[in-house]
Amino acid sequence: MKSLVNYGMSLLKENPVFGLYLGLCSSLAITTNLDNAVGMGISVLLVLTVSNVVISLLRKLTPDEIRIPVYIVVIATLVKAVELLIKAYAPAIDAALGVFIPLIVVNCIILGRAEAFASKNGVVSSALDGLNMGVSYTLSIVALSLIRQLLATGILNMNNPFNDTVIFDITIIPADFTIPMFSSPIGAFLTFALLAAGVAAINNRDQKKVKGA
Amino acid sequence: MEGFFTLFISAILINNIVLTKFLGMCPIMGVSRKTSSALGMGAAVVFVIFGSSVFTYVLYYNVLVPMSLEYMDLITFILVIAAFVQFVEMVMKKFTPALYKALGIFLPLITTNCVVLYVTLVNITNGYSFMEMVVYSIAVPLGFTLVLYIFSTIRERLDSAPVPKAFEGNPIALIVMAIMAAIFTAFAGLV
Repeated sequence: MKSLVNYGMSLLKENPVFGLYLGLCSSLAITTNLDNAVGMGISVLLVLTVSNVVISLLRKLTPDEIRIPVYIVVIATLVKAVELLIKAYAPAIDAALGVFIPLIVVNCIILGRAEAFASKNGVVSSALDGLNMGVSYTLSIVALSLIRQLLATGILNMNNPFNDTVIFDITIIPADFTIPMFSSPIGAFLTFALLAAGVAAINNRDQKKVKGA
Repeated sequence: MEGFFTLFISAILINNIVLTKFLGMCPIMGVSRKTSSALGMGAAVVFVIFGSSVFTYVLYYNVLVPMSLEYMDLITFILVIAAFVQFVEMVMKKFTPALYKALGIFLPLITTNCVVLYVTLVNITNGYSFMEMVVYSIAVPLGFTLVLYIFSTIRERLDSAPVPKAFEGNPIALIVMAIMAAIFTAFAGLV
């Protein structure tokens, strides 16, 4: 239990989205509902883990001067593969996310981890790092989309992207009391700012504790 | 002619890339602390987007489509963009070393500026003609520069404003973004 709490805290502190402001574009743009956030999260998780593994495998072969182009080609190939897979098996996700799937290529989290971690570490730890970062990215955008979807529509629902069946669909806030603004860009920026401030507040409190001890 | 004007205005004001699509947030958060570097960044982005759009457009229709290699679009485009950014970097280092220093790491990072890849991809998916592509790929980065510039002027003031501790830095900047997004929705009826 304690290790779970510790893991949760480390997710908060080293959170790539709210702590380091990486991958901002996609986390603001596609978090209007849960389906999109989960779809995006899993795509990024996949690309991030595999790209970390591949780049870690190539790290001894890659000349230092051209490492960034090499990383980008690896990442772009993987993203294209994921894009084609999504088009084939989950067309609903493809329709909803559209151009944001190819834009995973320029999601700073992926290139950032390639440069900061996978290029210096072994295959197994790079894979774990990719998984870890991917999970915390997914959780962050799911949290964002939960808040935005709940406030904007009052409904929480999820569909199975592979066959369009409803997994769950609960109305929580009656339609008269919803705030549609939260599905617009304004709501995206506001929700993000408040969550980021919350994470900063928790980190500040912990730092004080460390200093006091 | 009217169609081009509509496309131009809507890409700058109504469908502003930053405020409606949230693209290019990283450089906006990173370089917006000083007005002068914001303008320099804007100029570099306009140049890179325009150049790489023309290149990728020609490549796509003259090389990839005839050879039915459309699925290679992403890899081709990102390589063209990376090469172009490298080129701009070298030119800036030579002719405007002060600006080159001020932009620092954010200059090579234009490669991963989502706006660039977005514009090159949308040029294809929206089936723009050559002229439309030219207008669109000038208007979008201009819209980006506009928001970057306004935002940097606000941010210079923000540095000296009393802000709650947890909101210091980026969270308050995002609140400012939210307000700007709200203001820009007023342009919706313009065209």
